[in-house]
Amino acid sequence: MLKKLAFTTALTFAAFTLQAQAQEPRRGGTIRFTAPYGASFVSNDSHVSNQIQDEIYGYALHGMLYKWDAKNGKPVLDIAESVQVSADGKTYTYKLRDNALFHNGRKLTSDDVIWSYTRIMDGAKNYPGARYVARIVGATDVQKGQAKEISGLKKIDDSSFSMTLTDKADPGYFLFQAQTAILPAKEAQQPGFFDKPIGLGPFKFVEHVPGSRMAFERWDKYYLAGKPYADKLVISPMGEAAARDVAFRNKEVDVSILGSTQYVAYKADPNLSKGILEVAEVFTRNMGMNPTFKPFSDKRVRQAINYAIDSDLIIKRLVRDKAYRAASWLPLSSPAFDKDAKPYAFDPDKAKKLLVEAGYPDGFEFEWTATPNESWGVPIVEATIPMLAKVGIKVKVKPVETSALGGVVVGGDFQAYIWSNTSGPDSLTALKCFHSSTPRSSCNYTTFKNPAYDKLIDDASNEADAAKQLDLLKKANAMLQEEAPVWFFNYNKAVMAYQPWLHGLQPNATELALQRYEELWIDTTSPAAK
Amino acid sequence: MLPYVFRRLLQAIPILLAVAALIFVMFSVIPGNFATSQMADGRSNIDAATIARMNEQFGLNDPLPLRFAKYVGGLATFDLGDSFRTRQPVTALIGERLWPSLQLALAAMAFAIVIGVPLGFFAALKPGSWVDMLSMVFAVSGLSLPMFWLGLLLMYAFALTLNWFPSFGYGNGDPRYIVLPAIALGVSPLALLARTSRAAVLEILHADFVRTARAKGASSYRVMRWHVARNALVIVLTTLGLQFGSVLGQAVVVEKLFAWPGLGSLLVDSVTWRDIPAVQGCILTIVLFFLVVNIAVDVLCAVVDPRIKYS
Repeated sequence: MLKKLAFTTALTFAAFTLQAQAQEPRRGGTIRFTAPYGASFVSNDSHVSNQIQDEIYGYALHGMLYKWDAKNGKPVLDIAESVQVSADGKTYTYKLRDNALFHNGRKLTSDDVIWSYTRIMDGAKNYPGARYVARIVGATDVQKGQAKEISGLKKIDDSSFSMTLTDKADPGYFLFQAQTAILPAKEAQQPGFFDKPIGLGPFKFVEHVPGSRMAFERWDKYYLAGKPYADKLVISPMGEAAARDVAFRNKEVDVSILGSTQYVAYKADPNLSKGILEVAEVFTRNMGMNPTFKPFSDKRVRQAINYAIDSDLIIKRLVRDKAYRAASWLPLSSPAFDKDAKPYAFDPDKAKKLLVEAGYPDGFEFEWTATPNESWGVPIVEATIPMLAKVGIKVKVKPVETSALGGVVVGGDFQAYIWSNTSGPDSLTALKCFHSSTPRSSCNYTTFKNPAYDKLIDDASNEADAAKQLDLLKKANAMLQEEAPVWFFNYNKAVMAYQPWLHGLQPNATELALQRYEELWIDTTSPAAK
Repeated sequence: MLPYVFRRLLQAIPILLAVAALIFVMFSVIPGNFATSQMADGRSNIDAATIARMNEQFGLNDPLPLRFAKYVGGLATFDLGDSFRTRQPVTALIGERLWPSLQLALAAMAFAIVIGVPLGFFAALKPGSWVDMLSMVFAVSGLSLPMFWLGLLLMYAFALTLNWFPSFGYGNGDPRYIVLPAIALGVSPLALLARTSRAAVLEILHADFVRTARAKGASSYRVMRWHVARNALVIVLTTLGLQFGSVLGQAVVVEKLFAWPGLGSLLVDSVTWRDIPAVQGCILTIVLFFLVVNIAVDVLCAVVDPRIKYS
């Protein structure tokens, strides 16, 4: 089944890529994008916001040290032209692009990079990007007010600098987000800078009408020659799926992220179905089980829950196939995903047998914390109740608001919860969340502890050979499936509808709504082609 | 009159304080806060130290009475604090959003008045006729229709099918953008105004002074213009004030649906992310607007009907 899914996904990517390559990009026109995760953008300052909504405009306005290569599923250099890595894999020396200019025409220098990262670590401001920059040596000292400069960042000259990390890791995986945008150091400290911010991105800021739109125009001196293609870019925050649907059908916007209801309707429509892009995003929907609740401390009980729930049926009926069945933690788009791995089968008899072996022949009752989310919340929990009841497990639903779930889980105040958690793009970082040294407050929400698993992760962390590291990660992922700290429900299938005149969309598994706008172009059939 | 207005404005202060206190208490009782809400989408793992730092930064570790006292102190100088999300002063955020909200409220009320009041008058003049029946069916429907659903219907009909108006957005001063959200927001007050006008006119038509005027040979126009309309207007004005005052609060749904950049969409996002200063600022602005509009309506009533005296 998973093989088939992976094959279909790969085929979709390939077809999509071929289609995009078939035509020569055209310059001009306005791209009309939507930001679907709220009614507004938070701020003109990309360092301030923790929300993906703001990343959507950040990719137009800013340059980061890295950018995500969606087609190859890995980070690549953005504002730097080359990097050298030290033998211990901890120090990275970057050479910045000579032709990277801010929107006021000033050339990017290493001072701008160092200042931007130092700003992000301002402990008094608690910028969300601090969790990424914190992996640079000395960054947390700045955050704590114990230093004014990040000791791990050294300026070599105006166009090169070195960066030393606290541990061996590929910084590309955590320095491509707009929360780590490189700002012009001197200009950004001037009053009023963020009223009309400038950056290094493919588009220049024109205006922000809060709650309505953000408009940009092409930056002619962008460092990738000939790009971007479009003259203008307008991004409208549209949190309401139904409103996006009307606007898309009315050809007022070029793209729309689809929910499960619209996904079904669009797939059934002969015209709309031609413009659908599907990606297995790096999110794993799961039910985390707290081992301090006695039944969940037993692996057999956790496995029994995985066997007792008919996940395929729920995905088909409730999620309307807008998800891929999860086998273990790492998603389909992860290089360490084992395409031969089979998910837990729906087998209530086996579940019952495991419960008997674990000493729960009559089952037990547990409290399941869930938000109202339609894809990974109360509706899903309600669907599992009769399935679990058949093996003797009773569920008491504990509803919480979406914004409160994080606090409940981090505080350990649950027996079980259902959530959608990031499981990539870096497989090692994702799997480290189950290392016993990772606290619950970081991401080991189920306080998973297994010495054999720890060893696999430690070995993978220290492994220089990429192929061997991948093999270790696959083994760790398989061990997670066996240990079942969670009910592996599904991997999110992100779906974007696009108009026939829009080209160059990228199947970004980190978040489909995040597009490299410099790659997008519209043909003459667009209503905004001129 | 001026002392009355001044007294009413003073009376608004305890109301605003009570609203502020209520929001404070509500947000301290419900689970979750700004720091934990940042993890809601499952992307961000915010460690305990960061949560503690954020709580400290935003003063969330202080006891509730102290936080409230600080907030009230700020209110005295029109300082609504800084938004947790945007790190900008809440007054600036509200300033950006107030005019679009007022535009929408004014357009919605204009639509409601222009159609609702004449509709009620005509229905009352011919009670039991098909005009009366039709107008009341329209009024009851308008009151019953969920605003969100009506908004979607309008989008499908006038944007998607007929292509007369854009389906969303603020535009660049193009009045076509406000039409659909204003109708969606205005239908409910329109219906209420129609019903109120009808009831008021019907009641006054049977009053003794109207019969006397007719007996004295006054023309129908004169009776309607000077005796019926003027007296009915006081009742209509009162309803209008209540509706106009509350339309800003009701706009939350419509603004979000039509991506209209008003206070409503700011409020929705602020509640989602537990941005308490922004929520308080928005709600206090809406409450203040309601109070000011109703004071203005009271003054207008006295102008329309000289029998009304405020001492």
